Parts: sequence; C-alpha cells; structure tokens
Amino acid sequence: MTNQGIGQPVRRKEDFRFITGQGHYTDDINRPGQLYAYFLRSPHAFAKIKSISTDAARKMPGVVAIYTGKDVAADKVGGLICGWTVKDKKGEPHKAPRHDIIAIDHVRHVGDQVAVVIGRSLGEARDAAEAIEVDYDVLTPVVDVVNALKPGAPEVHADAPGNLCYDWDFGDKAATEAAFAKAAHVTKIDLVNNRLSPNPMEPRSAIGEYEPGTDNTTVYTTSQNPHVIRLILCAFVFGLPEHKVRVIAPDVGGGFGSKIFNYAEETVCVWAARKLKKPVKWTSDRTEAFLTDAHGRDHVTHAELAMDKDGKFLGFRVDTKANMGAYLSTFASAVPTYLYALLLAGQYTTPAIYAEVKAVFTNTTPVDAYRGAGRPEATYVVERIVEAAARELKMDPAELRRRNFVPDNAFPYQTPVACVYDSGQYAKALDEALKMADYNGFKQRKAEAAKKGKLRGIGLCAYIEACGIAPSAVVGSLGAGVGLWESAQIRFNATGSVFVHTGSHSHGQGHETTFAQIVSDRLGVPLESVEVVHGDTALVPMGMGTYGSRSLAVGGSAIMRAADKIIDKGKKIAAHLMEASVDDVAYDKGVFSVKGTDKQVPMAQIAFTAYVPHNYPADLEPGLEASAFYDPANFTFPAGVHVAEVEIDSATGVTRVANWVAVDDFGKVINPMIVEGQVHGGIAQGIGQALLEGVVYDPKSGQLLTASFNDYCMPRADDLPSYKVGMIETPCPHNPLGVKGCGEAGAIAAPAALMNAITDALGTEKINMPATPQNVWNVIQSQNLAAAAE
Amino acid sequence: MYAFNYHRPKSLADAAKLLGDASDGKFIAGGQTLLPTLKNRLASPSDLVDLTGIAELSGISVSGGIVSIGAITKHGAVATSADIRKAIPALANLAGLIGDPAVRNMGTMGGSVANNDPAADYPSAVLGLNATMHTTKRKIAADSFFTGLFETALEESEIITRIEFPVPKRAGYEKFRNPASRYAMVGVFVAETADGVRVAVTGAGPCVFRHKEMEAALSKSFSPDALKGIRTDPARMNNDIHGSGEYRAHLVGVVAKRAVQNALG
Repeated sequence: MTNQGIGQPVRRKEDFRFITGQGHYTDDINRPGQLYAYFLRSPHAFAKIKSISTDAARKMPGVVAIYTGKDVAADKVGGLICGWTVKDKKGEPHKAPRHDIIAIDHVRHVGDQVAVVIGRSLGEARDAAEAIEVDYDVLTPVVDVVNALKPGAPEVHADAPGNLCYDWDFGDKAATEAAFAKAAHVTKIDLVNNRLSPNPMEPRSAIGEYEPGTDNTTVYTTSQNPHVIRLILCAFVFGLPEHKVRVIAPDVGGGFGSKIFNYAEETVCVWAARKLKKPVKWTSDRTEAFLTDAHGRDHVTHAELAMDKDGKFLGFRVDTKANMGAYLSTFASAVPTYLYALLLAGQYTTPAIYAEVKAVFTNTTPVDAYRGAGRPEATYVVERIVEAAARELKMDPAELRRRNFVPDNAFPYQTPVACVYDSGQYAKALDEALKMADYNGFKQRKAEAAKKGKLRGIGLCAYIEACGIAPSAVVGSLGAGVGLWESAQIRFNATGSVFVHTGSHSHGQGHETTFAQIVSDRLGVPLESVEVVHGDTALVPMGMGTYGSRSLAVGGSAIMRAADKIIDKGKKIAAHLMEASVDDVAYDKGVFSVKGTDKQVPMAQIAFTAYVPHNYPADLEPGLEASAFYDPANFTFPAGVHVAEVEIDSATGVTRVANWVAVDDFGKVINPMIVEGQVHGGIAQGIGQALLEGVVYDPKSGQLLTASFNDYCMPRADDLPSYKVGMIETPCPHNPLGVKGCGEAGAIAAPAALMNAITDALGTEKINMPATPQNVWNVIQSQNLAAAAE
Repeated sequence: MYAFNYHRPKSLADAAKLLGDASDGKFIAGGQTLLPTLKNRLASPSDLVDLTGIAELSGISVSGGIVSIGAITKHGAVATSADIRKAIPALANLAGLIGDPAVRNMGTMGGSVANNDPAADYPSAVLGLNATMHTTKRKIAADSFFTGLFETALEESEIITRIEFPVPKRAGYEKFRNPASRYAMVGVFVAETADGVRVAVTGAGPCVFRHKEMEAALSKSFSPDALKGIRTDPARMNNDIHGSGEYRAHLVGVVAKRAVQNALG
C-alpha cells in the first residue's frame, strides 16, 4: 500500500479504458427515440435578420420541428448569462447585452445560431437546414479591439455604446504615478496576446431528455462543472427547480476551460426535448467547434515599468484592451480583470501597480477562460517587460529578477494588487532552473550556432498564478455570482471498499487516481478499492467543478475533511470494539489502536462493524460515510521559473525549441507522474500559443480564416522539445494537503519564456505571437539579420 | 455528405461507361481530397466510380531506365519500394513526406496528380523528372499536363493508368511545410536528367511550375551556390495568412538550394 499513497507516481487508473477505446463520452450515449438537432448558423459576421422562411424546409423528409429565435422568445426562455458582474471605474455594472440561445433580430458573429432543425436523423436535419431561407441585411463588422474602440466604429450591441463592456481599473493610480515620477529608468512595451481556439480532442455534445411521467429533465453534456450548468439552466434560463433536473457529464475529452460555460446548443437541446417530449441530441463538428467554442486571450496591452538606478522595481502600469467577442460568455468578465490584474505583481516586490482594462465587444466568437485564464496574460506582460528592462539596463535578466523577488522570509506577502502570497522560494527555483539549463554555457552555444548560420536565444519566465479558486466571500465581494467551495462524500461499503463522490470533474486531469491516492493514504484502503465518482448531479450531492487548477487544492481538501470525519467516527466504533475510551484511541494509516497497548483494529473491520452493527456503541448511528465542504481561506500561489532556448534558421525564419527547463513549485505533490504530465501538456499549449496558434478573422468581412486544422496550427509532437522538469516543494500553509495546483502552470509560463528567447535571438522586442516562420522572417528582413548570419 | 451512388468497377472500360452514364459522376481513388470535400458538403456528385478495384492500375516496375508506377499505387508503397528507392531515391523520399501515415496508406499517385492541388508534392516530381502520364486515351508529357489551379490536361472520363518516370542522373526534393496543414508551402524538386536540369516548384504558386532561371544556372554548375542571387517573382506566388508572396518567393530560393544539396547527397 505504501507505493500507492501520497507522493507516489501511480499509473492512472482511468487510462485502461481511455487507451483501449472504452471511454464513454456524451456522443457515445444514445437514448430511445432520440432526435437530432442541427443548427443553421450565420454566414455573416454582422447582419440584421430581415426574415426567415422555413416553409420549404418543414416539408423535407425526417423533419420533426424547426425553431427560430422567435419560438424561443415565445416560450420566455432566458438568455445565456454572465455569472460574474464587473463594476467599472464609476461603480456601474458591466454591459451584458442579451445573449439569446437562437438569434432573434441580429447575428453578431460567423456561426451565431439562426435556427435549429430537429430531425429523425442528423443528415435529414442538415438537409432541411439548407432549405431554410434567411434574408439578411449585411452590416459592416468590427473584429479587433483597437478598431472597435474608434469613434464611429460599428456597434455590436445597441445597449453597449462604443462597444464598451466596461472600463475598469485596479490598484493605486496616485502611488504608481508618484513611483514613475522618481524613476531613474522606465521600460515600455506594446504587446498582443493572440486569440486562441481551445480545441479539446472531444468536441462539445449534449442530449436533452424529458420524462413527462416524472417531470424530470436529464441533460447529458460535455461539461467541466455539471452542478454549475444545472444551477444556470434552472435558476437563470428555464426557471426550473434544481431537484427536477439532472446533469450528467460523463467522460469528457479535454476542456481547457472551454467546457466550463453554458452554451446555446445544450440549452436548445433541453428546451426542444421538453417541448417535443423526446430526447434531442447535438454533437459539434470540428468547424462548429472553431466557430462557437469560447476562444481564449486576445489582449492588446501597453505596459510601463519604473525602476531606480539599481534596477529595483518602483512602479508598474498596464493598459489593456480585452476582446470579449460578440457576447459575454459565462465567466468572461472576470478573466481580464480579477484573474489578470491581481497577478501583475508577479514574483516581485513592485510597491505600486495600476492597471486599466477596457473590455470590448466585437463581431467574433465570445472569449472566456482558456487554460490559465487571465494569469497567462498577466505573466506574459510582466515577464516580457522585465526581460526587456534587463536588456535596456544591460543587466543579466536573471540578476534583475533576483534583485526584485519577494524574499523567502517575507511570506505571507501582501502585494499592492490584493493578493496575499502564501508561500514560495522564488530564488531557489531560479537557481535550480539556471543550473539545469546550463545558463552559463549559453554564450558558447550561441557562438556555435552562429557558425551554422543560426540565431540562438535564451529566455526566462518567472511566473506566478493564483489557483485553488477561491474563497467564496472574496470572490463574492468582487462580483462573482457563485460560491467557490467544493464538496466531497466518502462512503464505505460493508466489505471495506470505498466510494468517493467529488464535485470536481476530471476531463483529463487524472482525479480518479490522485483522489484515490489521497483516500488510500489517509484511510488505509488499497487503491483498487477506491472508486472516485464524479460528473453526475444525481450521484454527487454538490459541486462547483474543475477549472483554475482548483480540484486538488479545494476538492482534495474537501476529501481530506470527509476522511477526517470518517476517522472520527471510526474511533468511536474502535473504542467500543477494543473496550477503550475514545480519547485513548489513536489512528494511523488505516489502523485504530489503543494508546500504550498492542490492541488494534483495521479500518476494514470498522467498516464491516458499521454496517453489521451487532456489537456496536448504543448511541451511534450505523453506517460509515461522511460529507464535507471546503471553502478555501486563500488562493494558492504556485510559482516557478522556465528557461527556453531557441535556434532560429535565419534563411527561413523557422524557430526550433532547442532546450526547455521548468522548475515548478506546486506545493506538496500527490502523484509526480501526473503532475509532470500536466506540466508537459501546459508547456505544449504555451509553445503552441507562442509559435503556432492564432485565431485570424478577416478584418473586412469578419470571416474566420482559421476555421480548420489546415489553417489553425496546433502543436505536434515534432514541434516540441523534450522537457527537463524539476520541482521544489514549498507546502501551501492553508490547506490540509499543502497543495497548490499544477494544471495551468505550463501554459502560463511558456509563452513569455519562449518569446523572451526569440526576442533575445532577434535582438528586438517587436514581434508578436505566434512567432511563425513568416513573422520571424519578416523581422529578420527588417533587422538585416540574414546578411549578418550568412 | 450528400447521398450518392457508389460503383467499384473491375475494368477501365466499365469505369468510363459508369462515369459517362452518371448525371454528375466523379472518379475516386484514395479519396484523401475528395472525401473531406464530400463530408463538408462542398461537392455533391451523383455517382462515385471507385478506381481501386481495377487491377491494371496497380504495380511498380523498373526497367530500361524507366520507373513505371500504376496510378492507384499508394504513397506508402512508393515511399517503401526498394526498387524506387534504388532507382529514384528522391521520389521515394518525397512520397514519405506526403501527409501522415493514414494519408499515405490511402492516397494514390494517380489521384494526387489528377487532382493537381497547388500544394501537393507529386506534381513537382512529375514535372521535375519529366514524367509521362499514360491514360486511357493517350500519353501526356509532364510539361503539358498541369494547366492551372486544380486543372490538368485530362479530359472528362480520361483516367491516368500509370506514370513513367525516366531515371535521372540525380535528383533531390526539399519541402518547406505549411506549419498548420503540413502541405508544401514551398516544395522544390531538382533533377539532373538526360534532357538537362529541371527544377519544379510546388506550393508556392497557383500551379506547379518550372523555374527556368534556376535550370539554366544549375546546368552550368549543379551546386547550391549556382542559385545565389536568383530571384523569384513574388507576384506569381500564392499569398495567404501563412506566407506572403514575398516570403514564398524568398523560400523558393532557400528550398531550391537545399533540394540541390539533397541531390548531391
């Protein structure tokens, strides 16, 4: 058992079914009498719907129903909501224009829902959709934040003048201005954080089902947080009681944030199923995924860093314009505000920080949380400008960072942007990373590369993130519409095996293994006797789901709390069996004993006795199960240092990632193999953002030019190096496991590290992500670097 | 996709007749371009006539300085053929660079050449090696086969049966991939043949083309350095989000040098 507990690289329990093709995803589910939904989508980025004629389409074979936005409105279905209200500089709530599940009078991005055909087969529904005639009055779209904010720009919503969702600020403006006034040096930078498409392997899918006999509604959907979807559908969209709606999110093939949100399609499936009293299924195809899955990032930022003569940071100011897309998605408003500006201190003691953020509507797919959600954008700004500052000051970038790190003895550390960092060893991570990267040998490697006509560069990123989202009272005070606790239930069976019900949701993270390790370790049960249950509101009492690297820090802590309750009850049963006082019973690794004696009872016997209570304490309930909720006291603050090294072919502009070192501090690690896998995946996504990926809209027509993998470049294995991953453990002091979270770190750290390496190689800061061969070559041409290398 | 009638004839005569009888028929071989097109409902043929059951379209042979490859030979078979690898290693290497293993085990040489995708690899080898297309009606020389974007000299219902490649003195292929699709953004096939040096460029323009200036330079001296200073007109290049005309024109020069280097081994 010792090789299965906390800290052990146990192989993932769930992988057998995934690797052998026996995972059970939403699209694998088919219900008796099921109908199929096909959405007719807008071919235009912006248009007024003059009329929709469905007469011909209704006569097509296999058509059961065709609905437009007017039918939805007639049923008084609520629109999709934004669950976090951000207040602007004046204290006014953000603009959240109506987001109908099927467009009524306007379409606002390519792919917006115009009508839905419910058919007996998908093919028939699709055929009928092609027979629907829509008369559009095509309007001029606007797709980027800079143009959307210009006077006279087309307005995406009549009730959001100037396309402004909010104009928000955070931090101490006066103190920051004072810091700049006394600065010896100011570094300025302009950055674009490119828009990304999430592209989970499994496209979204949903089935709505209604049983008239019981009045129960069941929703199968690809969700990271089934209870949240239930809450939104019941309380905001349909006005249904929560106990009559069951949401099931079975195996889910990746989410990266995009499956947090409540989407139009699943909502339409539920609505149509209740109307038709038949199950209605929809599964996204890949093109629909590009058009409708919430995108990530898309910031345009100007930042300035004030320093004294020794490079000590005095003040930092940031001006960001964030693209919200055509509508406000479920948590979109929080991403460029509370998940962004609060991280602008980075790992540094910068005393004064001020950020202004304008959130802007455009005729594009809505933007919301994507792996890291705001924190990668913050790290990108901080770490690009710190590296640029070091170059301007002709100082070693590592030394400049070291000089400004929050020192080890300063924790808990209050930043000027609200966060209280819990624990960390920033200089230790840097030292370790530099050693692993052979930082001192770089000059020689650069010289050798130059001999081959290659431009070699090295870049650092000292990132920080806020995970373990989140203390409910704190987020509530900032505008969140929900609490961000987590719940768990542990239930023993009479024969000693255990169910663990968690409100977290695993869609690739390996919870079935990690959570089982915690329970195995704490309760002394073999790993194979622990079944982790998640993803079904009928099986799991409550939950808030998985995002923001919260599952272990919050969900795992709830499991620990429940385990403690099991142990407490077990002690009472053990005391009875051993004829001792409860106070004299000790517990360790699955064994109850009487202190100072050799009397002991194993957990399995306690469980059996609890369900076969023939010899049992008179005042104790039978059974061995416990529920617990955990609301974190603070965020957790994982941090670390990544070092990227690149070699650029000056003839073609191709960047090869030559070396990658990651030293991360995630606090206590439960399963180092799973954690390393998360780091690898995160770095791959970060390298994808920096080198390859980018959503491109045609600026005139608003058409999505990257609507397939032929044009949207996902990272492939041969784009990526082998990573050298190191860990240091500074336990989180405020949760029972000492854990911080690891799911997003790679995606947060990698873009800045890589772009710092590329800008080092090119000798200019003026290149935006993705640094495609063409973009790099253009810089090489403008810098005349090719001639220099030849 | 839309509904269609599917046929799998055993002979070329039956194939031609089936296509002629169809209201809007199409031949299909490996289907690696056509099937995705159908799935996206971008084409709606009434009939698909599958050529992969016709025995005389298969087979690889090398004799008398000619490599003859049946039209339904899969890319994977070309890549791994010991005979081709010995006679024209550059052709086998090129085939091994097409798509991914799934595509190479379905896609066919005849299908690729007949489709003439501007970013496909094979057209550059066909043109660079001065190959001859044998069809159900005639022989067509490479120089008159590729006529434009997705256009060839093939007539309606005319089927490529095999392609004959003269074995060159030496040849090399270099491919600069579109980072997203991994098709050729620029591919250059260079061959020193009995009739002189030929340089065929794919991916860069709307249709594979011969680079006459490069051919002239390499005829004088078959070395990468001979290509120094030769410019390609950006106006003749494709221009998209992955590569401007200027970038592609520049890459033609870089990739051609590397192709020559490959030919030199």
